[in-house]
Amino acid sequence: MSSAPDPKRTSHYVTDAFYDALVRDFTDWQKDDAVLGDVGLRDSARAFLEREARLLDRHLFADWLELFAGECLYWVPATPGGGDPRREVAVCLDDRRRLEDRVFRMATGFAWSQVPESRTVRLVTNVEPFATGTEGIFMVRSNFLINEFRAGESRSLAGWCGHRLRRVGDGFEILVKQVNLMECDQNLRNPSNII
Amino acid sequence: MEDLKPRAGRPTDAAASFDWDALVHDDRVHRTIYTDPDIFAAEMTAIFGGTWTYLAHESQIPENHDFVTTLLGLRPIIVVRDAAGVIRALFNRCAHRGATVCRAAAGSARVFQCPYHGWTYFNTGKLSGVPWPDGYACDFDDAKYNLAQVPRVESYRGFIFGTLNPDAASLVDHLGPMAPIIDQWLDRHPGGRVRLCEANRLKYKGNWKLAYDNSADGYHVKFSHRSLLEMENRLKVGNQKGMSFYKDAPDDAPMYVQYLGNGNHFKDKRPNIEPRPGALWEIEGPHPGMEHFEERLRERLGEAAARALDLCASEPVNINIFPNLLILGNHIQVLQPRAVDETDTTWYGTAVVDDANELDGAVDDVNTLRMRALESFPNFGEVDDAVNFEEIQRGLMAEEDPWVYMHRGLDVPGRVKTDENGVITAPATDEVFMRETFKHWKRLMASPPKLTIQRET
Ligand code: FES
Ligand SMILES: [Fe+2]
Repeated sequence: MSSAPDPKRTSHYVTDAFYDALVRDFTDWQKDDAVLGDVGLRDSARAFLEREARLLDRHLFADWLELFAGECLYWVPATPGGGDPRREVAVCLDDRRRLEDRVFRMATGFAWSQVPESRTVRLVTNVEPFATGTEGIFMVRSNFLINEFRAGESRSLAGWCGHRLRRVGDGFEILVKQVNLMECDQNLRNPSNII
Repeated sequence: MEDLKPRAGRPTDAAASFDWDALVHDDRVHRTIYTDPDIFAAEMTAIFGGTWTYLAHESQIPENHDFVTTLLGLRPIIVVRDAAGVIRALFNRCAHRGATVCRAAAGSARVFQCPYHGWTYFNTGKLSGVPWPDGYACDFDDAKYNLAQVPRVESYRGFIFGTLNPDAASLVDHLGPMAPIIDQWLDRHPGGRVRLCEANRLKYKGNWKLAYDNSADGYHVKFSHRSLLEMENRLKVGNQKGMSFYKDAPDDAPMYVQYLGNGNHFKDKRPNIEPRPGALWEIEGPHPGMEHFEERLRERLGEAAARALDLCASEPVNINIFPNLLILGNHIQVLQPRAVDETDTTWYGTAVVDDANELDGAVDDVNTLRMRALESFPNFGEVDDAVNFEEIQRGLMAEEDPWVYMHRGLDVPGRVKTDENGVITAPATDEVFMRETFKHWKRLMASPPKLTIQRET
């Protein structure tokens, strides 16, 4: 009897087809005629993103990981728009296992870039859901401003996110979170905190 | 070439006004070499441009007219392959009133037109024209109206360097025993070459030498990278992953550190790994897509998959070329000083190029895996070092406690060995490479070379 590989332990789902779909899904998706005017959907997407921001601000990383689908991606491109990650490196490109690695590393207490930890307050605004052509899957654009305080200094990180969300019951799960930092192609000081 | 008095008008001459022997000792250096803005300013001419300094990689400018902009020290530079294919390093500084003439990071341009008053230059640096020239009485054929450029620009196997020191030895002589080490790093690849691709770009608030000091430092790994070592091994079955050979008794391991002259050093961790194809891949920590692409490569290539997979794994070397080029793993890391206490470190990825199809059609899969492997260390390792560099910069604010020690291995009998060519070899955690680099640094700072620029005639 064979069972599907556990994406927490091995990475079988990040295939060429996965990258093809990723590039396709994140190219040219923010079209006026795809905006979903349904106020209820917009409100529930906003609530979902606000909860995500709260979990990150409170460092509840295990709970945050639960927001993601089993086979998921957290992607911070190093170029505006993101290009094709098969041909270029990203600031972060984490499948399920690497995302859990990221959280694990911070929890060791020896990730000096997060000792002391960043304190953050995130503002999430301009939430717009878009249709994808697949029933039950939405793209959501939102803008963010993160105020971060660490080791005696404060800074701001601004940008926008593209979340690819799947409806699950009354809520959503994150298939892909793409974080578009304004300074994505610039030299970043201590980008160790999850954005 | 024009002789320069680069710091004309400044009241002091750094070379004469500092007591370099008091700042750099055999076992320690003084905090001010990391904190003093005047020393930093002097480094920007005596070191950056005073000696061969890495500028760019040829794969960034493959065609004639291609350019990238960079800095040489703090000087804005356009590295361009001109109409005749000659690689030049032009000062990105209009001959009129000094504005930068090129503001793009990269591109292709036959001419550069200054956005301020429209003076226009060919990509050789020669002035092509100025608006309304009848308003001038001068002769614009005078070379002084052409862009300044770096008088010596040479490449070694794709790595482009420049110096403003007209008396410098040739680049290949300057690299000396470093050259065959670069060869080995490249010759693992099909065609013996790589293509630079996007980068993980980091910045820290600390002096640039803190990163250079770190580049062959085997002493810090177990401590500064403790979280990475734990993370890479949290799911392991079988081999210890990543840099685990630093964990127990690194000085007894077969790896070593070497000093190769002119501030250049080399950390060779390859002897820790079994000398057979695939052994490097076996210690690679987890990456996205790893298991899928490995299976695919094994199906496609059979036995030959081992070599392909090793190309996806992080090559266990640190090839450090003073002052700003650190080739490590599959990265080409460039140090860029911004201020005495601010440094950018840009970790360019490198992609495999397989024109002769040595990898039997697998090059795209190899690069896909390689991109993911490349992201690992900047994300989970370098961020912690960078914070430690910042914390050194903070610690060095303690004026009354000025010494920075680098004497690990000094005077320990039988530990440090020098061969007949002057190459110094020591165990992995030895700080001899730092001590020797600072001797070289002191020589350059105490008697900086006379610098020149050149202009087309
Ligand atoms: S500064 Fe360039 S044309 Fe005047
Ligand atoms: Fe390190």
